[in-house]
Amino acid sequence: MANINTNTRAQKMTFWEKIYLPEIAKGLSLTFKQIFEPKITRSYPEERFEPTGSYRGRPVLVLEEEGERCVACGLCSRVCPALAIEVQAGETLTRDKERYPEKFEINMLRCIFCGFCEEVCPEEAIVMSKDYEMVYQNREDAILGKDKLLVPVAQLQDRLEYLRTHQYYEPKAA
Amino acid sequence: MPTITIDDRKIDAKAGQTIIQAALENGMDVPHFCWHPSLSVAGNCRMCLVDVGMPKMNPDRTPALDDNGNPVIMFMPKLQIACATQVSEGMVVRLGHPKVETAQNAVMEFLLVNHPLDCPICDEAGQCKLQEYGYKHSNGASRFDETKNHKDKRVSLGPNVLFDGERCISCSRCIRYAKEEAEQPVLSFVQRGDHVTIETFPGTQFDSPYSMNVIEICPVGALTSPDFRFKARVWDMSFNETICTGCSRGCNTQAGVRNNEILRLEPNTNMDVNQYWMCDHGRLTQYDFVNQNRVTKPLVRSNGTLAETDWNDAIQKATELLKGVNGSEIAVLGSSRATNEDNYALARLAKEVLKTPNVDFFRFENASFGDAKLRKSDMSPNSIGADAVGVKPSAGGVSAKDLAAKISSGAIKALYVLDDDIAALSPELASALDKLKVLIVHAHNHTATAKKAHVVFASATYAELEGTYTNFQNRVQHVEPFIVTTENERKMGMKMSRLDKFGAHNDRWTQGERRNCRQSWRVITSLAKGLGANADAWRYRASEDVFEELADKISFFSGLDYALLDERKGVVSGEAEKEFAPAFEYESHTLKPN
Ligand code: SF4
Ligand code: SF4
Ligand code: SF4
Ligand code: SF4
Ligand code: FES
Repeated sequence: MANINTNTRAQKMTFWEKIYLPEIAKGLSLTFKQIFEPKITRSYPEERFEPTGSYRGRPVLVLEEEGERCVACGLCSRVCPALAIEVQAGETLTRDKERYPEKFEINMLRCIFCGFCEEVCPEEAIVMSKDYEMVYQNREDAILGKDKLLVPVAQLQDRLEYLRTHQYYEPKAA
Repeated sequence: MPTITIDDRKIDAKAGQTIIQAALENGMDVPHFCWHPSLSVAGNCRMCLVDVGMPKMNPDRTPALDDNGNPVIMFMPKLQIACATQVSEGMVVRLGHPKVETAQNAVMEFLLVNHPLDCPICDEAGQCKLQEYGYKHSNGASRFDETKNHKDKRVSLGPNVLFDGERCISCSRCIRYAKEEAEQPVLSFVQRGDHVTIETFPGTQFDSPYSMNVIEICPVGALTSPDFRFKARVWDMSFNETICTGCSRGCNTQAGVRNNEILRLEPNTNMDVNQYWMCDHGRLTQYDFVNQNRVTKPLVRSNGTLAETDWNDAIQKATELLKGVNGSEIAVLGSSRATNEDNYALARLAKEVLKTPNVDFFRFENASFGDAKLRKSDMSPNSIGADAVGVKPSAGGVSAKDLAAKISSGAIKALYVLDDDIAALSPELASALDKLKVLIVHAHNHTATAKKAHVVFASATYAELEGTYTNFQNRVQHVEPFIVTTENERKMGMKMSRLDKFGAHNDRWTQGERRNCRQSWRVITSLAKGLGANADAWRYRASEDVFEELADKISFFSGLDYALLDERKGVVSGEAEKEFAPAFEYESHTLKPN
């Protein structure tokens, strides 16, 4: 196919467009206007962003007084599209729930913060926290075990409240 | 042969059959909980209700016809249970009629009234009949908003069976199984109405050698295995078909594997071998030796200690050791626990390369193990096969029973052992092994025998190899690997779980041990070549090559090949030509899709 060299964009430009200077002035006027607009940037980390309950940060496990809520059902692990969660159940005879997570690990390098784990959990045991500061020095550190995942329920009130007021689905009426 | 119509399909049923049998055999599903083909009919779950009609008869006993000349069908005023209604000529059955659907929904609503709905913590979830029918045959709504009944959740019915009263739907399958199949009638319903539960009679427990089969036939998760409880969710495991190597029955089984570790074994239906069952011994003993204490690499003794090495080195070392001994001073032991292929290669090595008459294998007879149901007193999977492929002393050769004496007297200086831990068999044999100049061992585990050896070849277990075993019926059964080794490296066709498929090399849940063990015939082939055998006579590249040759040379196996064995789930020696019609196999409930 032959090269097309008629009716190009350059040929269609007007004289004023061709000399370019007015266009630069137009652009810069926008820039200068922004200087006097209110600022929306923040001097992180001195000034921190405090998310609301609807924020989907790092998934964490809810810790109650008598222990974790999680019953190690593995549904979060099954639903997780990124295969970030590994759960190994153990049996306990001391609590009224028979199962507990012997091991619960989330690989934060895999997690995509979709919130499916929270949605599927039958115990409301895994929720999305407000934590967005995730820096790891190596891959191993990014795999968080129960020690890093368990967060006392008192600190998760915003999210739990949000979940209660924003049901993902309406239970089918009988 | 009554001809009946099920949902507009004409079916030739067998006389005396029930509707459910006729439907299932013809590929139509009738939802049911309590019916099981090998148990008596209880008819108590009511899930199998269907609409049944019979042709209307004129007073002269001819079928009444309507204006179009079709027979007039009189449907019964109430639905009938398909599991207890026998077929008869002209019967019309409607499985998908709205009346039937309403009834199924009502039955489900009833069954779920007191059901705890604790699927998230229930081992059955994912392969539960109640869950499945909850999706298929119920609208999910319940009018019951009172408090549910609570019952005991952790009752031991026997050493290997735990009972959760809340999950039980009172189908009585376990009670009938205990009575009719395990022949230990110790289970019974107690209480009535919604307080009904299951107990063992006072002073008894359900400890039959076949007790754990109730765990599978229980349609829900009311019966669980203390051995498996909570180890894994079913959907995280892969299920591959294999056979049990616990005794010479060779029950067909499937192995649940996660992270290259066997987590449980359960029976696979084979009406000619084990029907729907397996014994507790097989279930509980046939995975530990695969998972634990494995010889993961070949070992060679240097300066008195066994050290890990690579295959070339180990084979070279074994070659050198064997070259230093006269053929007649070498004894070779096959194994009734190794495959036909491995034993065949070993017999060839002994007779053609080492030129020794001293070839035999030990039998593992235990009269107290055998019974009239499944268990056989020959506690090894392949003694018939080892015999058939020629693992036996030639004229003047030393037999297994004389071995200890011959070693002690110095007549035997070198011993080559396939798989078995012979040092555990008798103290004489164990101490005789110390006198040997050369001891070469194929071993799965770090056994007493392996610890005494000069060269140890890491040997693949039944879980990691492809081969065949011959059971007590002379039935040759084919197994394929389901545990990954560096040798088989995910053989084509090996079923994988989701975790296997999508795991990366650096995920913690893919770090299961991947052993560098090999099938014995492969090692023996290298050894034969090392010892100067004609390479043309040892051209095996896969287990199938070995089997082809042995089917060719040994009349016991004539006409057999892997494809035929797979198609028929095992073939009895000499019946390769026999007419074969696949039998209907009932599957109560399994993981879907699998
Ligand atoms: S948020 Fe999504 S990706 Fe992250 S762990 Fe939960 S399910 Fe997996
Ligand atoms: S879904 Fe909830 S209860 Fe189940 S394992 Fe995950 S966190 Fe635990
Ligand atoms: S325990 Fe299982 S098999 Fe036995 S009656 Fe209950 S539901 Fe049926
Ligand atoms: S009867 Fe024999 S082959 Fe069958 S499960 Fe028991 S030990 Fe295994
Ligand atoms: S299967 Fe027919 S009543 Fe249970």
